[in-house]
Amino acid sequence: MSFEYAPAPESRAVVDIAPSYGLFIDGEFTEAAGGKVFKTVSPANEEVLSEVAQAGSEDVERAVRAARKAFEKWSALPGAERAKYLFRIARLIQERSRELAVLESLDNGKPIRESRDSDLPLVAAHFFYYAGWADKLGHAGYGADPKPLGVAGQVIPWNFPLLMLAWKIAPALACGNTVVLKPAETTPLSALFFADICRQAGLPKGVVNILTGDGSTGAELVAHPDVNKVAFTGSTEVGKAIARTVAGTDKKLTLELGGKAANIVFDDAPIDQAVEGIVNGIFFNQGHVCCAGSRLLVQESVQDELLAALKRRMSTLRVGDPLDKNTDIGAINSAEQLARITELADAGEAEGAERWAPSCELPDAGYWFAPTLFTGVTQAHRIAQEEIFGPVLSVLTFRTPEEAVAKANNTPYGLSAGVWTEKGSRILWMANKLRAGIVWSNTFNKFDPASPFGGYKESGFGREGGRHGLEAYLDV
Amino acid sequence: MPTTVPAYGKEAAGRLASMADVTASDGALRRFLHGLPGVDAVGLQARAATLGTRSIKTTAKAYAIDLAISMIDLTTLEGADTPGKVRALCAKGIHPDPTDRGTPKVAAICVYPDMVATAKEALTGSGIHVASVATAFPAGRAALPVKLADTRDAVAAGADEIDMVIDRGAFLSGRYMTVFEEIKQVKEACRREDGSYAHLKVIFETGELQTYDNVRRVSWLAMLAGADFIKTSTGKVAVNATPPVTLLMLEAVRDFHATTGVQVGVKPAGGIRTTKDAMKYLVMVNETLGDQWLTADWFRFGASSLLNDLLMQRQKLGTGRYSGPDYVTVD
Repeated sequence: MSFEYAPAPESRAVVDIAPSYGLFIDGEFTEAAGGKVFKTVSPANEEVLSEVAQAGSEDVERAVRAARKAFEKWSALPGAERAKYLFRIARLIQERSRELAVLESLDNGKPIRESRDSDLPLVAAHFFYYAGWADKLGHAGYGADPKPLGVAGQVIPWNFPLLMLAWKIAPALACGNTVVLKPAETTPLSALFFADICRQAGLPKGVVNILTGDGSTGAELVAHPDVNKVAFTGSTEVGKAIARTVAGTDKKLTLELGGKAANIVFDDAPIDQAVEGIVNGIFFNQGHVCCAGSRLLVQESVQDELLAALKRRMSTLRVGDPLDKNTDIGAINSAEQLARITELADAGEAEGAERWAPSCELPDAGYWFAPTLFTGVTQAHRIAQEEIFGPVLSVLTFRTPEEAVAKANNTPYGLSAGVWTEKGSRILWMANKLRAGIVWSNTFNKFDPASPFGGYKESGFGREGGRHGLEAYLDV
Repeated sequence: MPTTVPAYGKEAAGRLASMADVTASDGALRRFLHGLPGVDAVGLQARAATLGTRSIKTTAKAYAIDLAISMIDLTTLEGADTPGKVRALCAKGIHPDPTDRGTPKVAAICVYPDMVATAKEALTGSGIHVASVATAFPAGRAALPVKLADTRDAVAAGADEIDMVIDRGAFLSGRYMTVFEEIKQVKEACRREDGSYAHLKVIFETGELQTYDNVRRVSWLAMLAGADFIKTSTGKVAVNATPPVTLLMLEAVRDFHATTGVQVGVKPAGGIRTTKDAMKYLVMVNETLGDQWLTADWFRFGASSLLNDLLMQRQKLGTGRYSGPDYVTVD
């Protein structure tokens, strides 16, 4: 007999999802002017969770106007007063974290283990962190009394719906800006719950506005002439379109786009921990992570040993019901994303890379993709160049540190990188050479509100998090 | 989906023999041990913590509780031990829960060498092993002939398993060959008149070894010297078994098996008191080594108070209600 874990599902009863949601404008939930709605489904079983309003240009106009009006009072508040609201929001997030974690897993498909242990603690931490900055902006290094920009138009992706909201809203409010935020089309629910938290916290009307909708809503928002600051996290393609829209205006812009990070393992690396780091780097959140370590660069001399260990470890990954506390890998967020992952993985095979996946049963309904490994990948393969945004790891090899750096940097992206070695001097040397916004050594996918995050090249510009994250929301 | 380590079978002996090179000299042994992959403390602790969050419920919990009971080395190692106390412990090991005869027996009763004969007699016919801590337990600070005599004594009195402590002083000062030779000689002292051997468990006292790198090195050192089991600690110091240290030893055992084909058991000891803790250890074994190690032959808990918590949880699963400390025996 073997040790089979019985299902340990988290209760859905802790979250009360309404059959339909309106837009959150000027402190009230309202219907879209055009009356259009769309459905949001659970990617794990395709169940319709709720219906949300599709914001049109009239709604964008209303929301920006509300934010503009609220800006006068909000920006005039002493920093310590704004901090009070942010602290209150942070505490409410902590109090409601179980509910929010379940909601996030339902709407996004990510395992409850991650929404509970990674997303929600970080969401609260971001609000706490920036609450602490609100009355200390004069000490941030951007002048004695830096001013806010005005109305921030923010568009966020579906991979970390609530966390990306926190990354955008917390620094914006701390600096005295007001916000119109558009969550992703497939994961709008947690932002709407956040709107409720803003009301619960007594946040003045119009300071935070939430517009649900698709790409067209986002395009309307970033193009609106009365938006002073645009912040976007998402695909490089959309980021380029936004940059074109904003070009020539006086809007400030930050973009956090795609990535194709190298996770570099030297022959003297702590092998067991490197394997964990590789798994965490690419299979965390089903690989729906812009800074995912999707290219494994392994030194030839330890290739066999490392790959054997990696395959063994991948065989223990549990794929399935996101609400089961023992699930390691949940559902792919949407049918479109699944199609893209499938297409790229097939291209990898067609171009001659060797495909491997552990045997695992995938559920019938919903969108699923088994954790997958490609060996024999070269720089010329599409799977080594294009962002897959799914649980697919490409393995390349190198022989010398110089070659590792050259291959790691040989990509249009530059968001993150990982270095695994027991040699401290080599870590520092690599960190200097790698063109990536963040370099993790002997770890991967570690986040902290105090640590700035952002990219080079096609991974975007500007930094979120830390003291650096304030700059994007201040007139400096 | 538990992993299973491939069995190497026939090749095993050859592979182990080819490892003889690394123990040929002090220098070779040092180079080999220091050439093992390093351990990143943060990563190791994070992995152990993640494994600790597996949620074990209902059928899995029932299975794990019975498995844990069957893996216990029920232990009394006190200066105040009496034959009566040892007999009581043996009785408890045979029938851990007098109200439910379906409760599994424990794996072994662990006592000081002078109590082996008493325990052996009390356990006659039960199939439960007698384990004995020899080699000047717990400090290990005695001359080698004394340690060997201690071991032979325990084996002669009928001990099925010997838990030896290593000379931590020698290990920390880098005299690896001294430790290696000592383990080999103790193993030889485990030989019975009929040519069979008592099982040898080698205790590292990982709390005194301080670094994770040391734990990996000492694990390989003991396995190369012929340990049947590697064991974290004596239970007599401030820091005993911890999940990261145990995970690291499981990984060493896994790698040793992959290299030589020789299967070695693991025994965390000291400080494991609750069912919840025990579940975490079983999950670690399951996801690091797989089914093949999930038996009392290859995994043990060194514990004295864990059993009662397991019994209370077992009663809770059976009745749906918590009973309390008065519904389990105090022996």
